[in-house]
Amino acid sequence: MTGQISKYIKSFTLWELLKGLSLTGKYFVSGNITIQYPEEKTPQSHRFRGLHALRRYPNGEERCIACKLCEAVCPALAITIDSEQRADGTRRTSRYDIDLFKCIFCGFCEEACPVDSIVETRIFEYHFENRGEQIMTKDKLLAIGDKYEEQIAADRAADSAFR
Amino acid sequence: MDALILTVWSLVKIVLVLVPLILCVAYLTLAERKVIGSMQVRVGPNRVGFKGLGQPFADVFKLLCKEIIIPTNASRFLFLTAPILSLAPALAAWAVIPFADGWQIADINAGLIYVLAMTSLGVYGVILAGWASNSKYAFLGAMRSAAQIVAYEIAMGFALVGVLMMAGSLNLGDIVRAQSGGFFSWYLFPLFPLAIVYFISGVAETNRAPFDVAEGESEIVAGFHVDYSGFGFALFFLAEYANMIMIAALTAILFLGGWMSPIDGWGDGIHWFLIKTAALLFVFLWLRATFPRYRYDQIMRLGWKVFIPVTIVWIAVIGFAIYFEVGPWFGTVRSGGL
Amino acid sequence: MTFELFIFYLFAAVMVFAAARVITARNPVHAAMFLVLTFFTCSAIWLLLEAEFLAITLVLVYVGAVMVLFLFVVMMLDVNVEPLREGFVKYLPVGILVGVIMFIEMVFLITQKYFKAEQFPAPERVSADALSNTESLGRLLYSEYLFQFEIAAIILLVAIVAAIALTMRRRADTKYQSPSSQVEVRKQDRLRVVQMPSEKRSS
Repeated sequence: MTGQISKYIKSFTLWELLKGLSLTGKYFVSGNITIQYPEEKTPQSHRFRGLHALRRYPNGEERCIACKLCEAVCPALAITIDSEQRADGTRRTSRYDIDLFKCIFCGFCEEACPVDSIVETRIFEYHFENRGEQIMTKDKLLAIGDKYEEQIAADRAADSAFR
Repeated sequence: MDALILTVWSLVKIVLVLVPLILCVAYLTLAERKVIGSMQVRVGPNRVGFKGLGQPFADVFKLLCKEIIIPTNASRFLFLTAPILSLAPALAAWAVIPFADGWQIADINAGLIYVLAMTSLGVYGVILAGWASNSKYAFLGAMRSAAQIVAYEIAMGFALVGVLMMAGSLNLGDIVRAQSGGFFSWYLFPLFPLAIVYFISGVAETNRAPFDVAEGESEIVAGFHVDYSGFGFALFFLAEYANMIMIAALTAILFLGGWMSPIDGWGDGIHWFLIKTAALLFVFLWLRATFPRYRYDQIMRLGWKVFIPVTIVWIAVIGFAIYFEVGPWFGTVRSGGL
Repeated sequence: MTFELFIFYLFAAVMVFAAARVITARNPVHAAMFLVLTFFTCSAIWLLLEAEFLAITLVLVYVGAVMVLFLFVVMMLDVNVEPLREGFVKYLPVGILVGVIMFIEMVFLITQKYFKAEQFPAPERVSADALSNTESLGRLLYSEYLFQFEIAAIILLVAIVAAIALTMRRRADTKYQSPSSQVEVRKQDRLRVVQMPSEKRSS
């Protein structure tokens, strides 16, 4: 009986509605936590997995030896590699394509690579304007590697203790 | 000649009310997004113009430029007139709203029922839009809205009966004047349950959250205006927000003393009316940010089984209180009214 | 022609047209909308007669509530117009007969001396400020015509009760939800938290 009456009192004083309103009211005055993206950015980890790159040794020789471990480990089958013997007798890739539409940015290729050739950089703001541009060819990957080598190397060094 | 002057003067007054009103509607949409954003700990639109102040105009231009699509097998004439039928009453009701002492387009004796009649007409736009679209979702929305508006109009009408018992007049200006003398003599206090019922019914009448089953995005896509694009949609939008401002203004006039200042002697004026209306509009947005949508049968239960009995009981209470001249509020009513 | 007279003829013309379309429109929804237009113009004409309370009440009650429910029903029913028109010729003679009889009766009544226009002189004009329309209606209804008013109210109440009694029947085989009991449910009524000792998985 008293339970019934207290229920009525509760519903006619709109108690629970006022509780809900006070909660949203509290957040209304509490200020917002939005980050204004292009002007402000959240801090990035050095383990960030973004756009891929192929690295070179300091002497300019490309690291990739066409072992195809990355191609084998890739769960999304995004990597395609053809290899051939170069004039100096070493095995090199004649084709190294990553289809970014297939890639899931898991980072397995990076971990599988015995020579730290294929890496994922911190770049995440990129776009394509034409069909076919999503295929990252060997030239494009090497160009990215050349451009960001400094940061890539610093990130690898920062993470080396855990590898 | 007199008729000409009267016509021109009326037109000038109409423009003086409508242009600020439409600007208010535009900025209410921005305020809504900002307020709800803030309650969800985000910022809302802030890219167009300074701090997003150009956003409403960007929206309007976008909608103006869009193609108007008329669905196959739609009832073409009704489909095109429905948005107008929904907007026209929403604007027409502003004819009798007193912004300050004597500041109204038409000072008519039956102002209160005129407003009630106009707000009840808005449902035609919704029903016809739903029917003329030849779509199941739109039709469901229209049916829901029709039943809902008829149900809540009764509660709303009963809540108004309490106000006219207190004021002894249907004239909105007289109703406000009867509430003069500080916030203690506002009708909010003697008619507290009716004020709450009126405001909530107003939210339901304008199809706003949490009573927006006529739109019900998660159930019936967008309800009655699912097939509207471009300017047809913009007109529905305009009507909804004009109605919101309307209900807020009416609540301010009927229960919060309109243009009267809360403390006697602070100077009455339009600014008090605007402040009260803005505060009530904020409550509209606050409700939307807080509550989930009602289920349809629960809306019907609330309207018929809770609000109408509450208002009837309170009308009886007021009747007795006025007859026996009880309390601080009801003692003076008989001599002041009829 | 004064401005007022012009407005009157305008509204009257619209009203007659709309009333004619109510019975000639093929689509029931269109017919209902023309009825709405008829009510509207009628209320405008009443406004010209300075009967603002009645005019607005007409809009409020008939347009705002009755016609909404009307439309509600008309839209829900999928009225097939073709079979309705089949018997037109068959019933035409009877229809014309009834119409003619009604017309003769009306002419008969109106030409009687009790219903002639002279019997009802135009009421004195009272200025709107002295006594509003609403107030004078209220005074009349609750004093001179109180008895008739109360009888009308009782008849309406009986009609409401009868309508509800006729339609409120619950079939035993249909399931109903009761929103009032649903909203009263609390966590304690439905949920039981059980404490259980954790067990090893049997191999």
